[in-house]
Amino acid sequence: MIYREAGQFKTSYAADGRIFPIRQDRIAMGGLFAVAFFLVPILGNDYWFGAILIPFLILSLAALGLNILTGYAGQLSLGSAAFMAVGAFAAFNLMLRIPGLPVLVAFAGAGLVAAGVGLLFGLPSLRIKGFYLAVTTLAAQFVIEWVLTKFAWFSNYNPSGVISAQKMVILGMHIDKPVSRYLLTLGVVSVLALVAKNLVRSRVGRAWMAVRDMDVAAEVIGIPMLRTKLSAFAVSSFYCGIAGALWAFAYLGSVEPQAFDLTRSFQILFMIIIGGMGSVLGSFLGAAFIVLLPISLNVAAHSLFSGGVSQSLASNLELMTFGALIIFFLAVEPHGLARLWQIGKEKLRLWPFPH
Amino acid sequence: MDWSFFLEVLLGGLLAGVMYSLVALGFVLIYKASGVFNFAQGAMVFFAALIFVSLVEKKWGLAGAALGTAAVMVVVAFFVERLVLRPLVNQPPISLFMATIGLAFLLEGASQGLLGAQVHGLEIGISDVPVEIRGINVSKFDLFAAGVAALLVLVLAFFFSKTRIGLSLRAVADDHQAALAVGVPLERIWVIVWTASGFVALVAGILWGSRTGVQFSLTFTALKALPVLILGGFTSIPGAIVGGLIVGAGEKLAEVYLGPHIGSGIENWFPYVLATAFLLIRPEGLFGERRIERV
Repeated sequence: MIYREAGQFKTSYAADGRIFPIRQDRIAMGGLFAVAFFLVPILGNDYWFGAILIPFLILSLAALGLNILTGYAGQLSLGSAAFMAVGAFAAFNLMLRIPGLPVLVAFAGAGLVAAGVGLLFGLPSLRIKGFYLAVTTLAAQFVIEWVLTKFAWFSNYNPSGVISAQKMVILGMHIDKPVSRYLLTLGVVSVLALVAKNLVRSRVGRAWMAVRDMDVAAEVIGIPMLRTKLSAFAVSSFYCGIAGALWAFAYLGSVEPQAFDLTRSFQILFMIIIGGMGSVLGSFLGAAFIVLLPISLNVAAHSLFSGGVSQSLASNLELMTFGALIIFFLAVEPHGLARLWQIGKEKLRLWPFPH
Repeated sequence: MDWSFFLEVLLGGLLAGVMYSLVALGFVLIYKASGVFNFAQGAMVFFAALIFVSLVEKKWGLAGAALGTAAVMVVVAFFVERLVLRPLVNQPPISLFMATIGLAFLLEGASQGLLGAQVHGLEIGISDVPVEIRGINVSKFDLFAAGVAALLVLVLAFFFSKTRIGLSLRAVADDHQAALAVGVPLERIWVIVWTASGFVALVAGILWGSRTGVQFSLTFTALKALPVLILGGFTSIPGAIVGGLIVGAGEKLAEVYLGPHIGSGIENWFPYVLATAFLLIRPEGLFGERRIERV
């Protein structure tokens, strides 16, 4: 009854092409942004910002990047964490070597560097497909990790290969408290998510989807394969690169290349599978699920058998529960949480008269 | 250039590659019969090796322990079919791939939770001493492993081409629906193929385990096997062997001759770059089935 678009007419091209065509959606999004930008900073505490909200937002951004490549353009990648590493190290080096560079410019530069590296590792996709391509993206994962560890120049000759993010100052404001770091992350992620939402319904996004659905057919109807596939790799790596820069600057403060290992890549892949492939919303839902699940499992394990069970058994139980839940989710809803959300919306439209 | 040294490195690499092939074989079996890219193969190797070594430590004897572990692998295959494959029939390959990663977590958690995380030594009576053949040093253990791998491939080849079950496995690999239509029981075939790859995992686990000790790092053998897999082609058993030989030899040669120039630790990524380079020439691997694409 509440969620119904009856009576909302599109009378101009602008209205037809707007990003949220239903008024209720616009109100809901506005409300969500208002809560995230104004209410949460007032109500939240440092634990929530530092341990849950900031990593959630950053991983959503990385998942969004991977979703562009895998969910929209259909190129399975197992190396997304490596592009995060490129972004983190590029931002650090840009700030280090160009004194006085504004931090947001450094982030954008880091994204561009990651996009360049992504282009390079995307080249094999023109010839290799499917799981073969997925395995070759592992090359990116291992080569990048090795290069960043091996050549000390990247970490400014730090003996342990750790980079410590410089202080962030934007328009004279010091971004050092958890709440300000949260707001910075939220701002960057919101802007990029809106860009992605628009991008996937543009000409570029539709070309990606055509390639995903069947690349030979897409080529036959005149979609340039080279440009489409490589642009997907570049945009995806750009997003992952910025996520990596945020991971270093807004979340941890100091990172090493091993923070972006294969486990992280798989974590991001889980997010888009569980959240929903080919869905911007799904990236956020999946990230929320994957970030919150281990925390809640941990809490549950502590409260259920406090003291009775050894630490290692508890962590193994966590691992097993995590694995079992993934299989369970895939079996119950293979199209991810975003699909559940969509079904819910359809139901809501008819409510309370389902027939 | 010192040729005998070169040959020694090459031979060592080839024999090490056989160990990768053993893991890759398990991948190939499952991919061939069910189209599932089974990421849990590494976890299965670890799981099988850990059960085997625990049984050996309980004084079951080597043969008894092997039989006991094989029985466990049958049970695992049965549960995998029931709880993972059957609910996910007709899902896109990537969902099945993700499910096998979940399965890997389950197996890793179960084996460590039940049997502990400490490193177990495993002694199967083959010492790792070098023997000299015409002036070239070769590890006796590596030779033994190569022999086992060759035997395994022969058995599998016989199984696939001469037995009734093998025939139905190939039918399923060709076309699920057509196989169902002529009355091949799909569920039982999946149990059989997962069992077979469980046995291969057991063999790989025993060999790897007695070389490096049974420990969690055995799960990373999967990462070593992936380049082998794409190099040889996902669907080819000979491909897994040849791919293993190429990757093993290439890796060792690169380590010895390239390593001093660009830095150590390249063995992590070199196989992947090598495999990618091969794939650029033959996108379906050396022996993979050529895909014919139609609109």
